[in-house]
Amino acid sequence: MSTAPRLTALDALHRALGATMTDFAGWDMPLRYGSERDEHNAVRTRAGLFDLSHMGEITVTGPEAVKVLDYALVGNISTVGVGRARYTHICRADGGIVDDLIVYRLGEDEFMVVANASNAQVVLDAVTERAAGFDAEVRDDRDAYALIAVQGPESPGILKSVTDADLDGLKYYAGLPGTVAGVPALIARTGYTGEDGFELFVAPEHAVRLWEALTEAGAGVGLVPAGLSCRDTLRLEAGMPLYGHELSTSLTPFDAGLGRVVKFEKEGDFVGRAALEAAAERAAANPPRKLVGLIAEGRRVPRAGFPVVSGGEVIGEVTSGAPSPTLGRPIAMAYVDAAHAAPGTSGVGVDIRGTHEAYEVVALPFYKRQK
Amino acid sequence: MSNPQQLRYTKEHEWLSAAEDGVATVGITEYAANALGDVVYAQLPEVGGTVTEGETCGELESTKSVSDLYSPVSGEVVEANQDVVDDPSLVNSAPFEGGWLFKVRISAEPTDVLSAEDYAAFTHSDN
Repeated sequence: MSTAPRLTALDALHRALGATMTDFAGWDMPLRYGSERDEHNAVRTRAGLFDLSHMGEITVTGPEAVKVLDYALVGNISTVGVGRARYTHICRADGGIVDDLIVYRLGEDEFMVVANASNAQVVLDAVTERAAGFDAEVRDDRDAYALIAVQGPESPGILKSVTDADLDGLKYYAGLPGTVAGVPALIARTGYTGEDGFELFVAPEHAVRLWEALTEAGAGVGLVPAGLSCRDTLRLEAGMPLYGHELSTSLTPFDAGLGRVVKFEKEGDFVGRAALEAAAERAAANPPRKLVGLIAEGRRVPRAGFPVVSGGEVIGEVTSGAPSPTLGRPIAMAYVDAAHAAPGTSGVGVDIRGTHEAYEVVALPFYKRQK
Repeated sequence: MSNPQQLRYTKEHEWLSAAEDGVATVGITEYAANALGDVVYAQLPEVGGTVTEGETCGELESTKSVSDLYSPVSGEVVEANQDVVDDPSLVNSAPFEGGWLFKVRISAEPTDVLSAEDYAAFTHSDN
């Protein structure tokens, strides 16, 4: 298959900044502008600016929009207040995770669902199919938005200097419409880095103006453009799952240690309910593999798919691994048998191309910001 | 980026210096260092061991991936760069200088190396 990659509205800017570009879910995206380690550290200590326009936005509107989402997703969307956001999953009838999502309630009857780029089409198709018979409209808004994120401890100050919106009143996991640098934007206090920060959904034709205004506003406090490479190490340190690594259709939320996102108490049926009730019972009776953190004693880096071993036996599998700029050591997330999942369990290693390297089992996350 | 004229290059993106008293220095090119991203771990061939032209003799690990290191020439390893083992980022910051990887007492002239000009053409077409 040789389809040309899609370009974001900021493509020319990335190239002018000297970005190394990479194909990601059919999009040509900035991987890094210079050193990914420097970008990572900038987000932890100052601020980073990300182009996330590849994420998939789906708008659900109408009198029964909330019913559509309560039926289509595993979360209790009717309890999300206007202006708030919720992390949830969309599952198949057999309970397997189709994607993890953030749902923003923009109005009583208006929601924006943000799917991962690689799953945007399958999520759109599933929500559209599941909306049949409800008085609601499902709209593909992938082309309606560019998405720019400013993340890091300096991000509130940077954003304040270019907007009149009440950022102090904007809590974590909330979003409100406003004006930023003179352009209309949905301002959300969300992100995927473990830091305070904002995600700004704007019309693509306004993306360059917004990016340039934020760059200028952040110049004095060390804001740098940041690529997908550091986004991955940031989310890994923060213990946040990534679809295709920690989450997949072969796992239910209970197998992924995220059973709390499934809300059986909500009214009515939802796709996957019966299978998920069975999965919850199985998990209670016989604990599944548990997602844990691993910290290397040496310097070799575990990668997704590498076996986790103990006493010569395979006891799990690495789902994500990278050198951690903050810890200064390689880290990984891995699913391991419950018997080896307790923090401090001794004798655990990762098989790195035939050599068993020693690892310490720790609770996630690896990094938590000081509030 | 410019590839020093006096060095020879491989299609696996290593460089090889001219031998002095039979000993040549090996590293990876700036092109390769840029493609790898931040190098975080270097496993270099052991001093006293032998390396064979075109065969793997170590590995370089970056944030995103691990790459085999191939020897551009055959011979005995006489020195490995401990500075790079201690601080692998030298490979990124000074690939042709302080980021050299190992020194080898050449047992045979390399057969599959490129001039700086040919390597530049190769990496251009590789883009």
